[in-house]
Amino acid sequence: MGLLDLLLEPLSYGFLQRGLVAGILIGVICAVIGTFVVLKGFAFIGDALAHIAFTGIVVAFIGGFAFYLGALVAAVLAALGIGTVSRRAGISTDTSIGILFSGVFALGIVLASVGIQTYTVDLFSYLFGDILGVQAADLVAIALLGALVLLVVLALYKELVFVSFDPVVAEAAGLPGGVLQMLLLVLLAVTVVVSVQAVGVVLVVAMLVTPSATAYLLTNRFGRMMALGAGFGALSALIGFYLSYYLNVPSGGTIVLVASAFFLLALIFSPKRGGWRRLFATPAVR
Amino acid sequence: MLATATATAHPITVRDLTVAYHDRAVLWDVDLDVPRGVLMAIVGPNGAGKTTLIKAILGLVPVVAGQVRIEGKPLAEVRRRVAYVPQRGSVDWDFPTSVLDVVMMGRYGALGWIRRPGHRERQAALDALEQVGMRDFAGRQISQLSGGQQQRVFLARALVQDAAIYLMDEPFQGVDATTERTIVGLLRDLRSAGKTVVVVHHDLQTVPEYFDWVTLLNVRKIASGPVEEVFTPELLRRTYGGHIAFLGQPDQDGTVAAVAGGEE
Repeated sequence: MGLLDLLLEPLSYGFLQRGLVAGILIGVICAVIGTFVVLKGFAFIGDALAHIAFTGIVVAFIGGFAFYLGALVAAVLAALGIGTVSRRAGISTDTSIGILFSGVFALGIVLASVGIQTYTVDLFSYLFGDILGVQAADLVAIALLGALVLLVVLALYKELVFVSFDPVVAEAAGLPGGVLQMLLLVLLAVTVVVSVQAVGVVLVVAMLVTPSATAYLLTNRFGRMMALGAGFGALSALIGFYLSYYLNVPSGGTIVLVASAFFLLALIFSPKRGGWRRLFATPAVR
Repeated sequence: MLATATATAHPITVRDLTVAYHDRAVLWDVDLDVPRGVLMAIVGPNGAGKTTLIKAILGLVPVVAGQVRIEGKPLAEVRRRVAYVPQRGSVDWDFPTSVLDVVMMGRYGALGWIRRPGHRERQAALDALEQVGMRDFAGRQISQLSGGQQQRVFLARALVQDAAIYLMDEPFQGVDATTERTIVGLLRDLRSAGKTVVVVHHDLQTVPEYFDWVTLLNVRKIASGPVEEVFTPELLRRTYGGHIAFLGQPDQDGTVAAVAGGEE
């Protein structure tokens, strides 16, 4: 059996095709938003939004409506809330986000055990991701929401980069800094929701951060960082998908491990000496 | 009051401006008129509200009371006529971007939403870099610049905006001699071109040499006017709160020794 057969064999099944396409799409979308996440230090917020989306999914199951709707409403509301809180001084943003997201996540877990005994196995797959559980309708949702995220970033690219680099001067130039920051958080929420099914609540943050951070080590231009990150995200999904199929290990974990391996390689061979120091000292959310 | 301001249409008019952080007043009831074509320094001790005054003029901080007019109009109507050079430390210089891209950001306001910068913006940015002696650095990653070079990039970004009013926050802070000369030359060029320039400044010694107008600030406005009238030992003493070793030797970081009379 040649290499080509090894690569093609899984694709004879519809659910495997869908899984692969979903993984690659998510890898790209996560890295595009992940570029902002890495540079602005939004990783913790991304993690929080994923956990809050889980509770939205639980509520959707109990209420009997589409899980995408529940996850979207929960994550976007949380993004708006976090955006509002982080504009104010007083309480540490990290602390308030920590309280909010763990509380909401705990509520989701309790609701799940009380409300939907028969579905607990399904919900477990949202925690750790099940790329093979992606249905045709899910793939459509991923593609549409993903396209929406990419289009907004493309259209407002110059504004988003300006606000990310120098929010004060951007505001002085007439850009609504608060609105753009809020928009970025909403895009982050949508990205998280799109990814939760395939990668899982716990590992979404890895897809947001790791490919973009890898790219950061290899370039010092924003656009290239975004493109390279998308490449690493897609490649991690592709390789992770095949590894998980042939080794019969969980897909979400495998994809993230591949992404982590790319990061380690970049760290070792990065031309930007000391780039890692910057990465690990990213300023907190402002 | 504002009616007369509109008639004369000073580049900057501030009336009864009060700004507070939490319940501490940072600026208290400040009135200020900046005439056209002056090169004005804002001086005062640390915590005097100098940066806050600039930010309030730019609408970047919430005000408790008072009004700001730019050329007799609300800022929102004439925003593009005002360029802002913040302190160097206000951004992350490890951000993955080039010198040229940062300077082009100065054109984004005029470009408007969605439209991408093109050849014209690129050329304007290169010209501005030429003016500050940084043309050869256009393709550099910004983290590779020295402090003085960073400052000149920020200046180029403001120049490219082709504004009528320039507000600069400590452009001389920690820069090398070459950059200091470049900035001084640039300020004079701007004045010759009829622009109005307001600079938050730390080094009292160079005020008479670099500027023709000065505002003394310590939460309240102490005085504002031509350097020869306002920059007097008596008024400086009132600004800095008592003993001040005026015209002493500059210490290591280039500021005049013992300007902290009011803070002990």
